[in-house]
Amino acid sequence: MYNYLSGGFSAYLYRDLLLGIRNKTDLVKPLIFFLLISALVPLAIAPEAERLAQLAPGIIWILAVLATLLSVERLFSDDLQDGSLEQMLLSPNMLILPILGKIAAHWLMIGLPLTLLSPLIGIWFSLPVVAVIPMILSLALGTAVLSLIGAVGAALTLPRQGGVLLALLVMPLYMPVLIFGSATIQSAVDGLDWTAPLAILAAFLAIAIALCPLAINAGLRLAKNG
Amino acid sequence: MAATNILKIDNLAFERNDTLLFEPVSLQLNSGEALHIEGANGAGKTTFFQILINLLEPSAGSIFFRGQTFSKCRYDYLSDILFIGHQSGVKATLSVEENLRWMSPDNTSAEKIALALQSVGLEHYANMPCYRLSAGQHRRVALARLVTTTASLWYLDEPFAALDKQGVAFIEGCMQQHLNSGGAMVFSSHQDLVKIEARSYRLQSYREVM
Repeated sequence: MYNYLSGGFSAYLYRDLLLGIRNKTDLVKPLIFFLLISALVPLAIAPEAERLAQLAPGIIWILAVLATLLSVERLFSDDLQDGSLEQMLLSPNMLILPILGKIAAHWLMIGLPLTLLSPLIGIWFSLPVVAVIPMILSLALGTAVLSLIGAVGAALTLPRQGGVLLALLVMPLYMPVLIFGSATIQSAVDGLDWTAPLAILAAFLAIAIALCPLAINAGLRLAKNG
Repeated sequence: MAATNILKIDNLAFERNDTLLFEPVSLQLNSGEALHIEGANGAGKTTFFQILINLLEPSAGSIFFRGQTFSKCRYDYLSDILFIGHQSGVKATLSVEENLRWMSPDNTSAEKIALALQSVGLEHYANMPCYRLSAGQHRRVALARLVTTTASLWYLDEPFAALDKQGVAFIEGCMQQHLNSGGAMVFSSHQDLVKIEARSYRLQSYREVM
């Protein structure tokens, strides 16, 4: 698995998915959190369709940010503890593809389920039907950016397991994603053109895919040096 | 067969908190040779291995692999070494066979995997998740890599920890076979080995010398 460049991505993607499926509790926790909080919001605020629909874009995006943050901190710490990170760093190749493989697995297990669950939450919040497709698209792109940025934080906070430091570190970087993510849904609700904020999210994703693995690579090597 | 120089270490030193961790190390390792690194607890054996596998930068000195400086042959070097350290790299939730397959080179055949499992005595546990194994069995999963690897230079940090007599005999067998086929290895151990002929090198803690 270590000896050629193209294999790194799919090998790590497959292994992390397998690990995720075996450790179901870790996988389900952020989703349950996502669903529970969104069930509580209508109860805590008034269950009036109009007010909820106004709050919906913001709340859905805040929950997506928090759910990703909760799950991303373990992305590398388990590997550090059992020594597989050490073996990964021994690979003669650049670590870019293995790192992207791990992040893709994380997105498939957190970001994608959140995206697929979001129409259900849209219904709870009486979100107008026109906003459902923009919401799905913005979450699909945005949660991938959140996974990538979160992974940088997770790598930098090793050997400790993220926690508060991780939150402080990545929150400022999550802000633009949050702003343009909820703006996509809000524009659709208001009947405006929602492709512009969505395009900015897509641009964030392109930049993050290009730059985050480099930062993560450096962070992981630093963690073993400390 | 003429012995070729595999590894040459020149005045290697490592500094931590402004003091040297161990006395500067100079050594040579030829093909077919084994080097036994000894040293008290805390003498820096694990750190020494971390430097050899390029996870830590030495503070001074240089390492040559097959006569080339490290920076020139980084790719060749890293593709030709096997390192098994204290942390085994075994994933607790994966099965024994999945772990071994993951840790072995890509083109390892199913027969080779089965052979490796058989030689560490885990053939009946192939599908068992590793969290159900004992500490010694866990170790055996990691050490089964010795059968599947194609690397010519082995670094084994305390390979005998947690193993029973049979396990030790198996590892010694693997090591002997590797040496006979022209490989080389550096290992650390607190046990005296019976079967393997190895030069020993004692890492001297810097303070001991002063």
